[in-house]
Parts: sequence; structure tokens; C-alpha cells
Amino acid sequence: MISKKEVEHLAKLARLGLADKELEKMQKEIASILDYFEKLKQVDIIGVEPTTHAVALKNIMRADQKRKEFDSEQRTKLLSAAPETKDNYLKVKAILKENGSY
Amino acid sequence: MDLTKLTIRQANKGLKNKNFSATELCQSYLDRIHKKNKEIFAFLTITDKMALDQAKTVDKWIAQKKEIPLLAGIPMAIKDIILVKNVKCTGGSKILENYIATYDATVVEKLRNQGAVILGKTNLDEFAMGASGEHSAFGPTKNPYDLERVPGGSSSGSAAAVAADMCCYSLGTDTGGSIRQPSSFCGTVGLKPTYGSISRFGLMAMASSLDHVGVISKTVEDCEIVFNSLKGKDPLDSTSISPGTQAVDFQIKGLKIGIPKEYFIAGMDKNVENSVRQSIKKYEDMGAKIEEISLPHTEYAIATYYIIVQSEVSANMARYDGIKYGYSINQNTKSEKLLDVYLKSRAFGFGQEVKRRIILGTYILSAGYYDAYYLKAQKVRTLIRNDFEKAFKKVDVILAPTTPTTAFKLGENTSNPLIMYLCDVFTAPLDLAGIPAINIPCDKIGSLPIGLQIIGQAFQEKQIFKVAGLL
Repeated sequence: MISKKEVEHLAKLARLGLADKELEKMQKEIASILDYFEKLKQVDIIGVEPTTHAVALKNIMRADQKRKEFDSEQRTKLLSAAPETKDNYLKVKAILKENGSY
Repeated sequence: MDLTKLTIRQANKGLKNKNFSATELCQSYLDRIHKKNKEIFAFLTITDKMALDQAKTVDKWIAQKKEIPLLAGIPMAIKDIILVKNVKCTGGSKILENYIATYDATVVEKLRNQGAVILGKTNLDEFAMGASGEHSAFGPTKNPYDLERVPGGSSSGSAAAVAADMCCYSLGTDTGGSIRQPSSFCGTVGLKPTYGSISRFGLMAMASSLDHVGVISKTVEDCEIVFNSLKGKDPLDSTSISPGTQAVDFQIKGLKIGIPKEYFIAGMDKNVENSVRQSIKKYEDMGAKIEEISLPHTEYAIATYYIIVQSEVSANMARYDGIKYGYSINQNTKSEKLLDVYLKSRAFGFGQEVKRRIILGTYILSAGYYDAYYLKAQKVRTLIRNDFEKAFKKVDVILAPTTPTTAFKLGENTSNPLIMYLCDVFTAPLDLAGIPAINIPCDKIGSLPIGLQIIGQAFQEKQIFKVAGLL
């Protein structure tokens, strides 16, 4: 059975904050869903190819040409949806300290 | 005359004959929405001004004696997970509560080009994850037939709006049953077409190998009209396909209809089973040949489906990160680390079901588990598809119930997520196989509708419309 610690680790990997109470509830629910998934152990899949999409398509190409660019109105709108911007770029928080660590 | 009861052809005729104007037609629906939405909560956003502007344009076309398309001036609604330019698109999630779309989805552009009147955006389970509408961050939609019951989900508002005459038809999405199950609960016609037949450009992705855009309407004829105007290859969606025109030489006499024995299971509502069997009998009386078939991997469909869904969800939800758009903790405090921006924005923005799926998907895809879960599920998916391929060597179409029960009560299935997952038992296999299926209302128990599902081969929508139209 999946442990609370594992759920905590997964949440961090998924960049998802979970409150302590949520963690506990999540652990129980996830354990029962994973139990249900065990059902597939009964199925013999030797020699069966996986299906990635219902309709098999591959390598849809387009001409190697410049496409229509965003006009300035669209650019402004897209940028205005971001919480923080600077000089028409999205601004993110620092990931390194000035001395290189973090 | 109550204009909100008209079919597309009836409304089109009325517009052309100048029995009423597009503006009047639009206003009738808006009045109805404003009257009903408080109790049903089918709409998250009502676009009064945009709708009336579109209606005025169509009135101008008519005044100029232009030949108007069938969908011109017909008021419709769009699930709030499909982008309409300059209109809020929330995906039913707090993380996009104030997000304004910057462009139109291809389906919306196609509708606009035909002069469709967009009344608003409909409620849904958060990012289309749910089978009751109760996972919407903004509150549940109610079933118009019984306000204490759910309308089904995830296209909860799209189905309820059609059922309550709050729009003529609507767009929904179906990943495991999200068009057909609410259609079954709300007594509407609901089509999940062949995978790839309608463009998904401008749709917020949930599980990309399974997501479909489709139509909810009052009649089979309306459904076919809308489907025909939306289908086709879109250069902006590389999974979309144009299958070419399908010539159908259709006759009910001698049509071979398969009845899968695995779709009549212990524990299903006896009344639902009886009604579906009676509908099958009607087709037999019309001259169709009924044959029992077997789809032996059906019992593995739900496990297969949810393994694939959780995996793809965990990848698709990564885009909501508090950096590019949507809710961000950044807006409230300026002193966070990047990691905290992610953790806190997503903690606040996502609801329980979305969080559950992200964690499950992350687990399933992690090193050491990928083969046992995701890859295995993809292989079982092949076996499920093969079941249908074999069946369609013997029969032309397949009939089955859409759901094992009628609409359940609000709150009845929210305590155990697994029970909610099992609602998709008869619908999810068709998403896995990517083949078209339509729900049509076939009976009622008391006030509650029962749905019949008609399933066809890939790109044979025309045939299932013909079969559906006969009931």
C-alpha cells in the first residue's frame, strides 16, 4: 500500500501543494484506486502492441515556412494574462541565489 | 409560439419566412436563461451582448436577402473548456477563474462563420474530470427533470441547458462518456464522434489520446446538422482527419444489430435494462436482425481507461503553473521562491479530483511503474479495440444502454471516487476504441430519462444517425 510519505514525495514531484489533511485522505483514496487497477494483472498481453491513439497517424508535416505571427494586440493580450512580465517577457522568480546556490 | 422549443430546421424556416427575427429568437433564449439559470446553474457565463450582436448580423443578412446557412441565427451554448475569443474560459476551475481567451477554437470559428449565436459558456466538472457536474469549482448544475439530482457530467451544463430549453444545441466534450452520460441523464441526444473527426484546437486538453469534441441537441436531425458543419481536418490539430464522404446505402430491414452481453450486468437498474431491451425489440420489429455478441474485455475497460486518463491528466495539468496565465500566488505576494509559486498556486487553484488525478498519474508514470500501468493499459486498450473490430465483422451497429442507472442524487456518489469512476462503464470503452457512439432518449422512469447508446464503426456517423432517427 502506498504510504503517506510516498504521496508527499509525489506531490512535490508534481509541484502540487497538499495540506496535511488532504495528504491523509489522498493516501487512502489512491490506495483503493490502485487496488482496483490490479484487475489488469488478469489480462494476458503477451505479443500485444500498445495503442497510443485510437486513429493511427504519424508524422503530420507542414511546409517549412514562416507562419503568421501574433499581431501586437494578441501579444499584449497573452502577456496581460501573466502575473508578472518585464520588457514583453514572462518574469519568473529566481531559481538561483546570487552565489549560485539554492 | 415558444421559440425555445424549435429545432434547427424549424427555426431556420421561421427566420427565412420572417415569422420572427434572429434578435427575437436570441432574446427568447436569453430571457429563458435569465429565468432558469439560478435554479439549474447550467451557465457559468452568459454572453448577452455578443449573442445579440451576432443575431443582429444575421438579421442584416436576411434583410439583404442573402442565403443564410442552416445554423445562422440559431442560439447555442459552449462548454466552458472550449475557447471563445474575448470571453472568460474557466474550465470549471478556480485556477482559471479570471482567464479570458485570446483566440477562438476552430469549432467556434466554424460556428461563427455560419452565423451561429453564442449564448454563453456552460458549467462542467473541473477540466472535464467527473461524471456528475459536482466537481465544478463554481457549484453543481442541477438536473432539469429533478432539481435534487445531478445532470451527469462532465458536460453537465451543456446537457442541462439543452434539456431546459436554455439553448437549441450545445457543444460538449467526451473523454470517457462526458457527452453521452449527461445526455442519458437529461434526455438529450448526445454524439461522441470518431476520434479525430472534429478539431480540438482551442480545447483545453484533459487526456489527449481520448478527448473528443461533440454535440448535444434535442433531436437526431439537429445533431447531424451540427456535426456535419464541424467535422473535418484542421491544420491546427494534427490529430484531426478528413475521412472523405461516406456513401451509406441504408436500410433497416436486414441491418445486423449486435447486443453485447457484457453491457447487461448484474447490479444495473432493472428498469433501464427493460427499457433498452424494449427499444431493441422495436428495431427488430422494423426488420433489423438482432444478434447477441461478446466484447470480452469490457470488464477491464474502466481500469484501463483511468490508468491512461490519470497519466495524461498529470502531464496536461502541468501547464497550469501560476507563471503564464491563470491564478498565481505571485499576484498576492512578491517574496516567494519559484518552487513555492508552483506549489501554492496549484494547491489553491485545483480541486480535489484534479489533485487526485495528478498524484495518481505522477505515480503511474514514475520510474519502475510505467510498464506495469501505462504501457500495460495501452496494450489492454488494443484488446478492447480488437473486440470491437471483431464484432463489426459480424454486425453493422451495436446497441447498448448508455448508463447502468438513471440520474442519481446530488451528493450520493461524492464520498468514494471509485464509484464515480464506475459511471463510465458503458461509455468509456468507445473512447478507448475511438469509435462513434450516440445517446438517444428511449424511455423514462417516473420523471427521469433513460438513454440508449448506438455504436458504429469509425467514421460511420451517418449510419448511426440513420439508426438513431428511426426510434
